[in-house]
Amino acid sequence: MNEAVARLQGVSHRYGKRLAVDDLTLAIPSGCMAGLIGPDGVGKSTVLGLMAGVRKLQAGSVEALGGNMAERRVRDAVSPRIAYMPQGLGRNLYPTLTVFENLDFFGRLFGQGAAERKARIDDLLKATGLDPFPDRPAGKLSGGMKQKLSLCCALIHDPDFLILDEPTTGVDPLSRQQFWDLIDSIRARRPQMSVIVATAYMEEAERFDWLAAMDDGKVIAEGSPSEVRAKAGKDTLEEAFIALLPEEKRRGYESVVVPPRVVAPDETPAIEAEGLTCRFGDFTAVDNVSFRISKGEIFGFLGSNGCGKSTTMKMLTGLITPTEGWTKLFGQSLSGNEMEIRQHVGYMSQAFSLYTELTVRQNLDLHAHLFHIRKDEIDARIEEMLTSYDLADVADVLPDGLPLGMKQRLQLAVAVIHRPSILILDEPTSGVDPVARDSFWRTLVSLARDRGVTIFISTHFMNEAARCDRISLMHAGKVFAVGTPQELAEQRGKASLEEAFVSYLKEASGIPEDAPELPAETPLPTPSPQFASHARPRRFDPGRLWAYARRETMELLRDRIRLWFALLGPVILMITFGYGISFDVENLSFAAFDQDKTPQSRALLENFSASRYFSERPDIGSSAELQSRMKSGEVNIAIEVPSGFGRDLVSDKQPEIAVTVDGSMPFRAETAKGYVTGLAVGYASEFARENATTALSTVSIEPRYRYNQAFKSVNAMVPSVIMLMLVLIPAIMSAIGIVREKETGSIANFYSTPISKSEFLLGKQLPYIGVSLVSAAVLFLLALFLFRLPLKGSFSLFAVATLIYLIATTGFGQLVSSFTKSQVAAVVATAIISIVPAVNFSGLVIPVSSLTGSGRALGLAFPPAWYQPISVGAFTKGLGWADLWPNVLMLSGFCLIFFALSLVLLKKQDA
Amino acid sequence: MSNILRWCSNLFYLFIKELRSIKADPIMLVLVVYAFTLAIYTVSTGASTELKNLAVAVVDEDNSKLSRQIIGAIQPPLFQEPVALNVSEVDAALDKGRFVFVLDFPPNFERDILANRDAELQLEIDATAIVFAGNGSVALQNIIANEIAEFRYGGGLTTATPVKLVMRSAFNPNLNSVWFGAMMQVMNNITMLTLILSGAALIRERERGTVEHLLVMPVVASQIVLAKVLANALVIVIAATLSLLVVVHWLLSVPIQGSIPLFLLGTIIYTLSIASMGILLATFSTSMAQFGLLAIPVLIVLNLLSGGMTPMESMPVWLQYAMKTLTTTPHFVSFTQAVLFRGGGFPLVWQYLLIFVGFGAVYFALSLMRFRSAVLKG
Repeated sequence: MNEAVARLQGVSHRYGKRLAVDDLTLAIPSGCMAGLIGPDGVGKSTVLGLMAGVRKLQAGSVEALGGNMAERRVRDAVSPRIAYMPQGLGRNLYPTLTVFENLDFFGRLFGQGAAERKARIDDLLKATGLDPFPDRPAGKLSGGMKQKLSLCCALIHDPDFLILDEPTTGVDPLSRQQFWDLIDSIRARRPQMSVIVATAYMEEAERFDWLAAMDDGKVIAEGSPSEVRAKAGKDTLEEAFIALLPEEKRRGYESVVVPPRVVAPDETPAIEAEGLTCRFGDFTAVDNVSFRISKGEIFGFLGSNGCGKSTTMKMLTGLITPTEGWTKLFGQSLSGNEMEIRQHVGYMSQAFSLYTELTVRQNLDLHAHLFHIRKDEIDARIEEMLTSYDLADVADVLPDGLPLGMKQRLQLAVAVIHRPSILILDEPTSGVDPVARDSFWRTLVSLARDRGVTIFISTHFMNEAARCDRISLMHAGKVFAVGTPQELAEQRGKASLEEAFVSYLKEASGIPEDAPELPAETPLPTPSPQFASHARPRRFDPGRLWAYARRETMELLRDRIRLWFALLGPVILMITFGYGISFDVENLSFAAFDQDKTPQSRALLENFSASRYFSERPDIGSSAELQSRMKSGEVNIAIEVPSGFGRDLVSDKQPEIAVTVDGSMPFRAETAKGYVTGLAVGYASEFARENATTALSTVSIEPRYRYNQAFKSVNAMVPSVIMLMLVLIPAIMSAIGIVREKETGSIANFYSTPISKSEFLLGKQLPYIGVSLVSAAVLFLLALFLFRLPLKGSFSLFAVATLIYLIATTGFGQLVSSFTKSQVAAVVATAIISIVPAVNFSGLVIPVSSLTGSGRALGLAFPPAWYQPISVGAFTKGLGWADLWPNVLMLSGFCLIFFALSLVLLKKQDA
Repeated sequence: MSNILRWCSNLFYLFIKELRSIKADPIMLVLVVYAFTLAIYTVSTGASTELKNLAVAVVDEDNSKLSRQIIGAIQPPLFQEPVALNVSEVDAALDKGRFVFVLDFPPNFERDILANRDAELQLEIDATAIVFAGNGSVALQNIIANEIAEFRYGGGLTTATPVKLVMRSAFNPNLNSVWFGAMMQVMNNITMLTLILSGAALIRERERGTVEHLLVMPVVASQIVLAKVLANALVIVIAATLSLLVVVHWLLSVPIQGSIPLFLLGTIIYTLSIASMGILLATFSTSMAQFGLLAIPVLIVLNLLSGGMTPMESMPVWLQYAMKTLTTTPHFVSFTQAVLFRGGGFPLVWQYLLIFVGFGAVYFALSLMRFRSAVLKG
């Protein structure tokens, strides 16, 4: 072996309290295919992430391609030579983007010109056999194709060090083989390229030049596969791995022995399916699948992710109704007496799907009750399950903290608590370590052989498939072979089941048996010499910024819910606020209780009925009626004119009128009182003027309603609502934009490619500024034409200030996204943080001049308080640049501050 | 065991499971507690529409005893101390929003009054401060009229007019806005939290795949949905009741005029209908984030357009009809105001209860129709 491509010295890594990597020292040989093997959660991904520079080093030192990865400058220089493909099917891809668009995005990130991108993409697509599907969205590719595309994305810039994290998990054996052959051929062309791969499939590791087996954050063995096998003295790597585990982990381990099945003739099949077909729209997920499984049989179901296995299982359990075909369990049709049959079925779905908020015991208890186990038996049965599934010690613990193997045992215990005669298990052992997997299988074998339970199980592991009585091979919705493992291998003349499976898959996909894994005529991608590689990236590259902006725009335009929220949300809310927050008090219902009935009392009441603020209701006849009509809310104002009113008025005795106002809504009541006082005073002075002997001069107070002569709520509210909408929605959108990438995993591309923080932030911000500008324009038009607001002031001021305001508010969203991890948290945090100052302290309801102290300061510390005067000024106050330029300046200041803070808080590496 | 018994037993255990799930979600619980305690207290005492602290400027071109007397009467807490301005400064000050009112005394104002000549005062109002401009100017005009009457006759306004107006506010004599604000806040929170809680309960099961697990068992969709609706409604009703009694009644000393059992009955039926609506919304989204984007606009619409913020009759008629035929909330606002503020009894409000039941049934039926297909596709 030559020089090491990467070196780890004393590396430890923690996630919270959990120690993922424990004082690890390792040298990865260069120019070869190296592997890290071990089950889930032993620290493989962490080690790879540290080598790629996408995780922040906590303790120890890491060197890759000769550079110290703890230093940012070194990372910047080295990262263009490294390609990193994160774990998970297509985790670094953008599902709504097409194959071509995904590759194009990566090409742009590495600063390739249009011609170079085109040439490279064509090469890579041809080499991987993806060339017929450049326009298919990545999300609609099969698992194997996704992984090929991910690999293409990683290879687009000719890396010297290729880091692949579990690239073949969940992929069918043929695609897996094709994938490895592809890597081999690329290595043949570029022998200087080093590759390191993590995998949980031990059998795959046989083809590596060098491997390190990991357990609990430590390396337990390293060397070539033969060296490792020899060290343990075992025939296969899986057995060697178990043998090399520390003593306490191997305790109680026995290998799985499957006793032969005694076949009883002429039984009703336990499971019978005929012509099962399931279509989703025009996509056929399962195509004409039939089988008969007899009682007590262990029936294995093999196939890649997305080939229709899970859908078939869901049809067997009645979760999905088949489009065509039927299923019978014990001769009974599923569609008929469904509830009765479900009593006999136990089901375990792919991912852990029990209630994490219930303890182990509570989970068992819930299922026992829902399966109607007899009350007096429940406790005993739960105890029995706890002991036989080795869960007694954790009975009152929440399942979240348990190791994966134990969770799977709990799922199985739950699935069998009601003693079902059929067990349907969907990939129950994915990701579980070999020791736990074998113990799981011993339980299954005992259930089948000792209790006669029929087991229908899907798996990726060939050694598990070999233990089944019969297996069926499935691909692209079709079952193309059923039989015992030996039969299937013999039929194909192959030594192992895996080879047989690959041979079947080739036949199904129309590839000749002896054809090389890649079509021979396809030229291998040769790097065109005119494209210089690995130039040290520029510090700020508008091309990379544009790559992100372009991609984000395409994604946004294809996401209906987000687009709905961004464009329709403001419109709905504007209409809601415009009409909903109205302080116009009109149509107050009033009724008179006239006990006088003189010309004077009628004149008084006519004053009220003539007012546009009041609408008259039938007269009130009695005090009791007055009470009850006020209570029902039918009458807002009751006017009581006492008998003798007219007489007293004429004789200048100052009679009383009693007005009762419904006080349940204080604002309305306050305004109503103002109206009533005005009308009463008006009536009185009118009367005085007509009857007085000596006329008294009048003192009139002339109120001038500035900016809003009609004194309508909408004129005042709508500009402020624009202020509110343009902070709330853009901020939420841009916050989600970044946090989404954290959730889906595509943030890894930000960590592993040369894009800089400022390019990333600005690139992600542009589309949201664009969309928000569109919605601002719509709001503007709504204000003019629906709410009929005049635009009295400067349009240019409004337009420019709105643009700057949107930069500030989207920048605020990005700032929030730098400290939130989930989309839910981002939405809630942005909404709360922006709504409080925008609603309370920015002049929406309470004028800023009435605010004092902390409220005022809080308002001024956010952009809305500075934008509100501009919006109001441009619409109703008729102001322009001369009056409001300082506000525009302040808004620009906010843009810079938010951007600077986001730069500081955003990390270019994962924790 | 008979089928009905089995049905009820399933419902019961699923219901218990829902309660445990709620208990195990500390963030939601904190949200519920916060919304029904602190939020009610701060919002109802803080963001009030009561007149307070209004900024006033005066341009005193008269500078007489009378003008100084009027200026002296403009006082806190209703108004800030008036600021003196020159005529030339008025426009700029109003443009900048420094004052809501500017009162202008013309030269010779006092002399005109003493000579029994007609006089005119200018009151400039920034009508963009809509909430306070109207009621504030009425209050300001009352102060001025009072002071002028005082100046003329040595008595208040009341002695001068031929009619004596006795004004009384029913149900809230001092028009204390906390009474209104606190109760409306309780109602808003009932709507908001019930919707979020029940929707989140379904989304959580979808995200984790547990609902699939349930559907494989001898359990039907109606039991799952009903258990969620019942459990979440129960939690909210209890929280709301405590909030009403402890925070609103005891801490904020808001009197409750009507029958609390009647209010509770209505609230129970209402929360059941809103919880069903939450489930219905949740069937349209596959993740918590999507649900959030859907729920935020819906909640804002429900809270603002149901008559709890501004009176229903101020809205355009088409919008009133739309709200009343599509959602339960406007009816709940009317119901609460009738029972809690005006002390309305069962004979007055029974039809609201029927309306709640009707809406609940429709939402529930719709969510059941969507449940299976939506849950299994996502």
